[in-house]
Amino acid sequence: MSALGPNASISHSERDLAASRANAPHTSMFLRMLVRAAILRRGRAASALFAMVVAAAVATAMLNLYVDVQAKLRREFRNYGANIIVVGKGGASMPPDALANVDSALAGRGIAAPFGLVVGRTTDGQPIVVAGTDFDRVKQLDKWWSVSNWPSTSKQALIGVRALPEVAPKSQSFELSFQGRTLHVTPAGTVQTGAAEDSRIYISLADFMAWTGVQPSTIEIAASGSPEEVAGIMNQVAHAIPASDVRPVRQIMEGEARVLGKTRATLLAAAALIILTAALCVLSTLIGWVFDRRRDFAIMKALGASGRLLNGFFAAEAAVLGATGALIGFLVGIGIAAWIGRVNFHAPVMPRLSVLPVVLAGSMAVTLLSAILPMAMLRRVQPAVILRGE
Amino acid sequence: MFVRLVYESFRRQKRRKLLAGAAITLGVTVATAMIAVATDIGDKINRELRTIGANLVVTPQEDSLDVEIGGVNLKPPTDGAFLSEADLPKIKGIFWHNNITGFAPMLPVNVEVEHEGKRLDVTLLGTYFAKPVSYGKEEFSAGVRSTHPWWKVSGAWPEDSSRNVLLGERLAARLGGKARDEITVVGNPLKVSGILSTGGAEDDQIVAPLFLAQEILGRPGAVRRVYVSALTKPEDAFARRDPKSLSGPIYDRWYCSPYPQSIAFQLAEAIPHSHAEQIRQVSQNEGAVLTRIEGLIFLITLAALFASALAVSAAMATTIFERRAEVGLMKALGAGKVAVASIFFAEATLLALLGGLAGFAVGGALAHEIGHSIFNSDISIPPVLLPVILAIAVIVTFAGSAMAIRRAVALDPVFALRGEL
Repeated sequence: MSALGPNASISHSERDLAASRANAPHTSMFLRMLVRAAILRRGRAASALFAMVVAAAVATAMLNLYVDVQAKLRREFRNYGANIIVVGKGGASMPPDALANVDSALAGRGIAAPFGLVVGRTTDGQPIVVAGTDFDRVKQLDKWWSVSNWPSTSKQALIGVRALPEVAPKSQSFELSFQGRTLHVTPAGTVQTGAAEDSRIYISLADFMAWTGVQPSTIEIAASGSPEEVAGIMNQVAHAIPASDVRPVRQIMEGEARVLGKTRATLLAAAALIILTAALCVLSTLIGWVFDRRRDFAIMKALGASGRLLNGFFAAEAAVLGATGALIGFLVGIGIAAWIGRVNFHAPVMPRLSVLPVVLAGSMAVTLLSAILPMAMLRRVQPAVILRGE
Repeated sequence: MFVRLVYESFRRQKRRKLLAGAAITLGVTVATAMIAVATDIGDKINRELRTIGANLVVTPQEDSLDVEIGGVNLKPPTDGAFLSEADLPKIKGIFWHNNITGFAPMLPVNVEVEHEGKRLDVTLLGTYFAKPVSYGKEEFSAGVRSTHPWWKVSGAWPEDSSRNVLLGERLAARLGGKARDEITVVGNPLKVSGILSTGGAEDDQIVAPLFLAQEILGRPGAVRRVYVSALTKPEDAFARRDPKSLSGPIYDRWYCSPYPQSIAFQLAEAIPHSHAEQIRQVSQNEGAVLTRIEGLIFLITLAALFASALAVSAAMATTIFERRAEVGLMKALGAGKVAVASIFFAEATLLALLGGLAGFAVGGALAHEIGHSIFNSDISIPPVLLPVILAIAVIVTFAGSAMAIRRAVALDPVFALRGEL
């Protein structure tokens, strides 16, 4: 088959059909040329479309990741535990409804755990810090605690690894005293953190308040969200509990902001490089494709097509290719982003529809550019020169 | 003849070769930059994570229990054991000394402070700020300015050898003290050089050079604990094994891996009568964050390699496709498929090597630029990477050209010469 373009496909047996088509509106010929051009040069059209799909997919995946990576990493950072600490003003205890107030201010945007601390004495009179807390909340807040066995019933205690040999070397039950009142507890397990917790004894908050009559003095909050959202939560908590100091845990907040910022910047640089490469790949493929069809171009021109029609034809072709490639690529890209999310963050990256217009516009721009460049070169050439193959 | 064909092809088709070469250069640039960033990102993020604080703590082995609530130590000050300040430089002598980014000794002392008639019982924390320490030939600076980077001072940081101190901001508010005031701590007149804000217990304390705290306590050379910041590798099942249960090469492998556990083990070995432990809040979580970021960048590097491979093959396919007529002529003159293909492959190899070299240089500069603009430190490319990159460039160029070359040599010379596909 010669490369004379779509018109060459009309044979003698199709003459009647051709006659009927001659009266058909102008647009149908235009569409037929578009469709036939794609079908007749399947190989080249497919490779151009493939390049477009890959570029759009990579761009979609990168943009999706870029938008989502902050949320994903913030979640990892919440494993560092509290980023806000609420303490009673001047070291005083908090009102009994403080935790409920904090919970309502959080409204599911994080987790809070109360801590009450007193210095109790063991049976041989040694001072030791005894803390009362809500174990279910601590389990979620302080995931780095290495605990052998969490207490499950009342009067059970979690013993710090350094405190264990002092109070219960044989893991036997023991007595603690505070201001003349004694409490009999059984060790349930040990806790190891490498910090102050190792020298303490933890009991449930109910046991703690019944024994000491002291309300919790500290609430630790791991609030999720951006720095502005965390600041908003701090404000709400400060309003809800006026008798308290609300402080950010600065090293966590600063570390988080730094790591997140640098990761996003790296991602942005990588995304720019990759999208640039993919766009250039599309550009070179498409320019080759259009340049290859200079004979079609010359024949159309020789048959009397106006410059505007030719421009319109190649532009429409490029636009269709760009849009199709962008749509398929968008779907593939969402798939890639979701897969990366699953593999790396164990949570899918949510598809962002806001990325679609960006990818679509970018794809169309690249395809149009790659149609215009060779067109501009060919316009100056006489059709006869091209048709002679020079 | 073969060499001449290739040479003339490069000489006469400068534009086309330049285009293909540019595509390869770009592809290799992106690949090199991304590989360099990916191999270094772990170290860079690890250093950023050190903002969160020290991940290891060294305490005396025979220490009594800490009785500490909200930063106030209720234990009698002379109770318990101490580490010796003279042993501290040995921290820089351990196997993984290059991974130690900083350390800060701490000595809390309960004191009474007096300022303008107000008296308060507070904790005075003795530490290093940025003290020059030397071990062997190595000189480095130790102290809270590197291990506790979130500490902010309004005023000036005290010198480690001066009798100047920092006043915690809440304590300063209670005392009504400000920078350049004089305060009296158990009879010693001290000068406040700045107000310290940390968001933690230190806001209620006085932070002083270590020797002052030792002098007030009456124990020269004493240190209660040392915080150590170290670059570590995320721990795995192997890291958690007990070194005492390991032997021979397995023990060596454990000892020579920068796990938090093995660095803690080496610290305890280096400092007599000490016990070193990881601070789980910091060390456990940084492993998770690090793994996630490294994994992300690794996957993206794969995407970058894929995109650049595609760009290179697209460019190669186009250039070869444009030379159908040439292939037809060669074949019409009697060249076999092998001869034609080998000319194309030779040209591809040459292009890949030239483009690869240029791309490696540009990619290196790009990685350097990324390192400086994002991390304020250098990302350098090991020269070992050059042959690897060149090999990848050649392979990708070959793979990208293979399809086009096969189609070109399969072409009937008659059609090719008439310009028909």
